Amino acid sequence: MIVLNNVHKAYVTGTNSLHVLKGVDLEIEQGEFVSIMGSSGSGKSTLLNILGILDSYEEGSYYLDGTLIKDMSEKKAANFRNELIGFVFQSFNLISFKNAVENVALPLYYQGVRRKKRNAIAMEYLERMGLAEWAGHMPNELSGGQKQRVAIARSLISKPKIILADEPTGALDTSTSYEVMEILKEINNDGITVIIVTHEHDIAAMTHKIIRLKDGTISEVIKNGDLMDFKHRYTKELETA
Amino acid sequence: MTAFGVFWGIFMLIIMSGAGRALENGVMDGIRSFATNSAFFWAERTGKPYGGFQRGRRWNYTNADIELLRTNIKEIEYLSPRLFGPNSRSGDNTVRGEHTGAFNIFGDYPDYFKIDPWTPVKGRLMNQIDILYSRKICVIGERVAEIMFDEGEDPIGEYLKINGVYFQIVGVIDPHTNINIGGGRKEETIIVPFTTMQRVFNYGDRIHFFSVTSGKGTPVSIVEEKIKKLIKERHNIAPDDNQAIGSFNIEKEFVKFSGLFTGIQILTWIVGFGTLLAGIIGVSNIMLVIIKERTQEIGIQRAIGATPYTVILHIVAESVFLTVLAGYIGLTLGVGILELLNMALESGGEEIFFRHPEVSFTMAVSALTVLVVSGVFAGLIPAKKAVSIKPIDALRDEGI
Repeated sequence: MIVLNNVHKAYVTGTNSLHVLKGVDLEIEQGEFVSIMGSSGSGKSTLLNILGILDSYEEGSYYLDGTLIKDMSEKKAANFRNELIGFVFQSFNLISFKNAVENVALPLYYQGVRRKKRNAIAMEYLERMGLAEWAGHMPNELSGGQKQRVAIARSLISKPKIILADEPTGALDTSTSYEVMEILKEINNDGITVIIVTHEHDIAAMTHKIIRLKDGTISEVIKNGDLMDFKHRYTKELETA
Repeated sequence: MTAFGVFWGIFMLIIMSGAGRALENGVMDGIRSFATNSAFFWAERTGKPYGGFQRGRRWNYTNADIELLRTNIKEIEYLSPRLFGPNSRSGDNTVRGEHTGAFNIFGDYPDYFKIDPWTPVKGRLMNQIDILYSRKICVIGERVAEIMFDEGEDPIGEYLKINGVYFQIVGVIDPHTNINIGGGRKEETIIVPFTTMQRVFNYGDRIHFFSVTSGKGTPVSIVEEKIKKLIKERHNIAPDDNQAIGSFNIEKEFVKFSGLFTGIQILTWIVGFGTLLAGIIGVSNIMLVIIKERTQEIGIQRAIGATPYTVILHIVAESVFLTVLAGYIGLTLGVGILELLNMALESGGEEIFFRHPEVSFTMAVSALTVLVVSGVFAGLIPAKKAVSIKPIDALRDEGI
């Protein structure tokens, strides 16, 4: 599904060059539930942006669903994003002057689906998120958890193969965070690959695979079986802290 | 207020163009139906000694000249000699019972009405038979009828005594144009058959003045030259004497007028376009600010699948909407004001050189086209800029 080979990325500002990703090799299968962890500046968001074709990379190769993603035209990238990838952001990124249904229906608008049809589909997804009665509300009338659920509904509506979530729980309290993670789990159970970036260990622990980034390289991959061990280590870390 | 410049540009364009057009209408209405391919001739003193004659000699056109011109110059369409009879400046010359009046009396051929059109309000115009039989009839201007007749009286068939000779009135006529040959008000004119006037007022075979129009496709100036050449030969006038034959070529004047009004229209467009351009730049600027404010939103849209084309389309559509709306308001307001002005002028009723301010349909349509095109351009630059920002940078932008 996702194959990265020796991916390098550097941000150049004037004469300074900041080498963020220093050769990342990664393979993620269809249907996996993965979290990317790392301290700030480790390049986790950059990695996610590359995965989401929001950002480019200089070296290496990135295959998405068998297609090489490199130096893609904006139009093609937009189509890929629209069809294959759903985004969930930390700050929700809902469009403030559109109500919940319209926000959810937006990706279908770019696919050229008629308003009536796309709003009907959007309603279905809102119902699945338990937000049917909030359909007509503007984003600023919704709570953080509700906003994030609207954003998830929006990411799902185009039936993507991958959901990329950048700190989906970063702006939410613990109980709401867990609700959101429950929803993401359900989505994963439907066979959709879910990749989240987080720095919260408890959130990461709910996923099936944890990728730890350190200084632009993958320092550790904790697989499903080792999760118990990870949890154990994590509680230990808490105790010592 | 963002698009005020556009509004003002169109508004100015409409107002100025309308005013220019009104001036043109006012002037052109007065001369429009006058034959534009006409020239007029009269006799002046000679300016050079020639053929044994001294300079300063008086001379006259004669009936024979007219025949000669008719047979020799094929390009002539209408040729109408005229006699200036008694005029209004020399005191009362027309009597009917207790009514007296001072009018301009002209002897004309029916062809004259082809050059300077009049409409019979009552009765008829003069015709060829009147000329042929030298009938003592006359057609009179409306003012003449007003002065010489009481209200409710029908002048047709009545007689007027002009300089002691009775003429029967066959028509009351109304001029189409303000162009006036021979002075005085056109409504105070009495026209009698040319041949009649020559006989009853003892003009012999003299002609004071004649009007000529050229046939289709021939500029009247060519005819003018040919006529002058022929007349000079016949009347022993030096070929290089520019003074002896007085003439007036209305075609030249028309060209001058048309040029003037074209100039006014061009100026209007230049000023209007300048203002419009400033307005468009304003809109473009505003759009840039809007784009800046919405960077994040555009980033979101692109992250969830909006192609650059969709984004550009939206921004351009918005800019076009803004410009066209502002332009439309300007257009409507401008036309509205012109219409009000028109109403005010109409109710004023006076004869002024400012009439029917209006803008043509083509003008309005082309203004709208300019608006749409300019709206596209005003939107295109900010749109390009918006798309040039990478979606990831747009998303990171914490502008809001």
